[in-house]
Amino acid sequence: MSEFLQHLVNTLVLGGTYALLGIGLTLIFGIMNVVNFTHGVLYTFGAYVMFIVVHQLGLNFFLALPVAVVAGWILGAVIELTLLRPLRGSDIDTTMLVMIGAWIAMQSGALWIWGGVAKSVATPFPEAPLVLGPVSVSWLRLFVLAAAGLLIVVTYLLINRTRLGCAMRATFQDEDTASLMGVNVDLIYTSTFAIGSSLAAAAGALLGPVYVISPQMGDLAAVKAFAIVILGGLGNITGAVIGGFILALAEELGAGYVSSGYRDAMGFLIIIAVLIFKPTGLFARSERIG
Amino acid sequence: MGSLATALKVEQVAVRFGGLVALSDLNFSVGEGEIVSLIGPNGAGKTTAFNIMTGFLQPTHGTVSYRGITLNGLKPPEIADLGLIRTFQRTSVFPNDTVFDNLLIGLHRQGRTGLLEAILGLPRARQSDRRLRQRAGELIEWVGLQRRAYDPAGSLSYGEQRLVGVALALAAEPSMLLLDEPVSGMNASETFTFVQLIRNIRDRGVSILLVEHDMPMVMSVSDRIVVLNYGRIIAEGTPDVIRNDPAVIEAYLGQGAVHA
Amino acid sequence: MRSVVTILTIAAFASVPLWLRDPYLMNALITTGIFIIAAMSLNLLLGFTGQLSLGHVAFFGIGAYVSALTSLGFDVGLPGGFRVVHDPWPPFAGFVLAIIISGLCGYFVGRLSFRVRGAYFVIVTISFAEVVRLVALNWVELTQGPLALTNIPPMALSLPGFGELALHTKLQNYYLVLVVAVAAYLLITRLVRSHFGRAMRGLMANETLAVSVGIDVTKTLTLAAVISAGIAGAAGSLYAHYIRIIDPEVFAFINTVTMVIMVITGGKGSLAGTIIGGLVFGLMPIVLRPIMAPEAQWIAYGGVLIAILFVLPRGIVPSLTQRLSRPHGKTAAVGRVAFAEHSAKEHA
Repeated sequence: MSEFLQHLVNTLVLGGTYALLGIGLTLIFGIMNVVNFTHGVLYTFGAYVMFIVVHQLGLNFFLALPVAVVAGWILGAVIELTLLRPLRGSDIDTTMLVMIGAWIAMQSGALWIWGGVAKSVATPFPEAPLVLGPVSVSWLRLFVLAAAGLLIVVTYLLINRTRLGCAMRATFQDEDTASLMGVNVDLIYTSTFAIGSSLAAAAGALLGPVYVISPQMGDLAAVKAFAIVILGGLGNITGAVIGGFILALAEELGAGYVSSGYRDAMGFLIIIAVLIFKPTGLFARSERIG
Repeated sequence: MGSLATALKVEQVAVRFGGLVALSDLNFSVGEGEIVSLIGPNGAGKTTAFNIMTGFLQPTHGTVSYRGITLNGLKPPEIADLGLIRTFQRTSVFPNDTVFDNLLIGLHRQGRTGLLEAILGLPRARQSDRRLRQRAGELIEWVGLQRRAYDPAGSLSYGEQRLVGVALALAAEPSMLLLDEPVSGMNASETFTFVQLIRNIRDRGVSILLVEHDMPMVMSVSDRIVVLNYGRIIAEGTPDVIRNDPAVIEAYLGQGAVHA
Repeated sequence: MRSVVTILTIAAFASVPLWLRDPYLMNALITTGIFIIAAMSLNLLLGFTGQLSLGHVAFFGIGAYVSALTSLGFDVGLPGGFRVVHDPWPPFAGFVLAIIISGLCGYFVGRLSFRVRGAYFVIVTISFAEVVRLVALNWVELTQGPLALTNIPPMALSLPGFGELALHTKLQNYYLVLVVAVAAYLLITRLVRSHFGRAMRGLMANETLAVSVGIDVTKTLTLAAVISAGIAGAAGSLYAHYIRIIDPEVFAFINTVTMVIMVITGGKGSLAGTIIGGLVFGLMPIVLRPIMAPEAQWIAYGGVLIAILFVLPRGIVPSLTQRLSRPHGKTAAVGRVAFAEHSAKEHA
């Protein structure tokens, strides 16, 4: 029983960052109809920004997170402006392949710059975990959960309470009508991609110190993000949050009770099962975006 | 309709989308070799009725049968197998292929050679292919598109694309054709030619159900007309009867059309 | 005309070992050839049914593992206390089994994944490949996991009356790959020109209309998936017996991407394009190796993929043929004459 409780606590911590990853991807997928294969690289990028700020610039750990968010935002905007805007109106396969090209180039770039050796980030948190009865959780993971929660709430408010968010929701429903109503669709696309990218970078910056940082770390993260998006339904933010926690639970239980070698297979199996049995995702259409 | 054997029969069909009633208690039939038109104002339920009869939608209640076989639960290809073939309002061609290749694709069901025969190019497969090519040529001639046979179908005018659509439907050797607004977007002379084509198709023994907006065209070509409004049949009869039916005039044709 | 070009091309490829003696280049040509076979099979899906399958490497890898395990033998315990013991069979049996089992996998994956389209289809196919990779990594008793299957015997042909001929040399393997590539090329070409191929084209261009003229979507797409997977399995088998060592990395997503790049570069729906695209990308590392670090080569790879999508979105061969045929585009009058000629020919 206590083992199960421990799994639940781990799920909660992991699920928060997964949700963050999923929200970024589901926004881009839902609003722009782009399958963003660079999402994982943005995650990697966020983690390296964390590493650079803390170890190479010697700045504060807590400062690194906002820096990663801003850096992810800028990189995302650059990708959108240079690679996606010229291809507006192309079919989804073309943009998907362009994103694959960008992903290969950027990941190889990371490997070239930082090398293949995994790096770890020192954190200001105590080594000893917080023990609460039968379960224990590290302070670092608690911080990660809190930060992820904060970012999710901020994103939710951004989309539901601001003019930009309103325009994003309008574009999601009908791009043509939105543009007739005076929404600057180009701006919305760039903002969406930048926001989605900054969330991926934030997830990387948060999880990087928990595990280790390497150029390939983003690949699995990207797959997990896809699983979450598919679980939650296209463009559905609430769905992505719930999907993040479901994936985390499936992984925890799969690793705990089946075999840890298959932990990472859970995401793929969920994708296959959901798409085959309930292709619209687990949550109803009416819930999408806001 | 009395003397004709019934081809298509729609009995007590109702369709609801959630709380919205799209069709209620729809009853009508099309006799063998008959041209029947389904008309009605926008939103009257014409397209819904059309989709029910072609298996793209399942009715909430009631049955549709063709030559005594119930269509409920059958998928579009199975309905096509019965000889009931439809055309589409918008997407009537394979745009990147030539008209000739369009027809070859459309003749798919006639070209049933085995996979191995086809890959090895055995005599039987080649012979079958020759037959298909000849048939494609005949169909193109039938709808009068010889001049455009080797142009990409997507480059044809709207009216010509409709003709390709009809030729594609004919390729399946239908015993009944369901035409979804075939002359919308055609000019007067194209429409005139099209009416001749429809009559010609009927004369070869194919029953026809037409869903159409163009009143003069419907009046000139139909044996019988069924008028829908708000998902119900409000009138049914020959063009002359419909032309003078007060309910139809009020609900649909409007004042101007009475004198048309 | 077409067949003359085909025969000349085959002759040109067959003559390569006569003037090219460099073993390093021969090796590059053989592995490139194997990848071209796999890429051609991917083109059957991508270019003729329009389905962007990004899990294609799964069939390649399954073919490699099936063939390797058939020729190496294995002894595996199954749940419930059963043991499956398999004694080594000749590599050629492995080749045949690789085609059959990959084809079967293609059937099941096709039946499941063709329920969804577009982005969803892409993601299902990637997921399938990754699940297979994780199985290969974790089912150590069967696959040796990350330790790799080693000492895979070279492909051997048993000729009646001549005994068994093991293909050890690069020269032998080059011709083996060439023969399989030609067979795959002819198979796919014949298929897409048959009425099965027309059904595929119809589905790709306008699925609703195709259904209405009686084309069976599931059957047509599944047929393409089975043949495509079978050919990829054959390529995987060639790979296993040529390289003679395989590990789960054979399933890496990047291998699918390599095939996709070859197809896209040459042009979707053009097998000649796949051969050209395959040669360009297969031999590019040889040109780049002296001047670039491996990471930089990969950056170039990604960059070239993007550049091609921007500059030649339809691929090299379709863009070229379009440019060449434009001067004598058919007017209505020419069309009429062509039609008359055609009818005359048919009625003769």
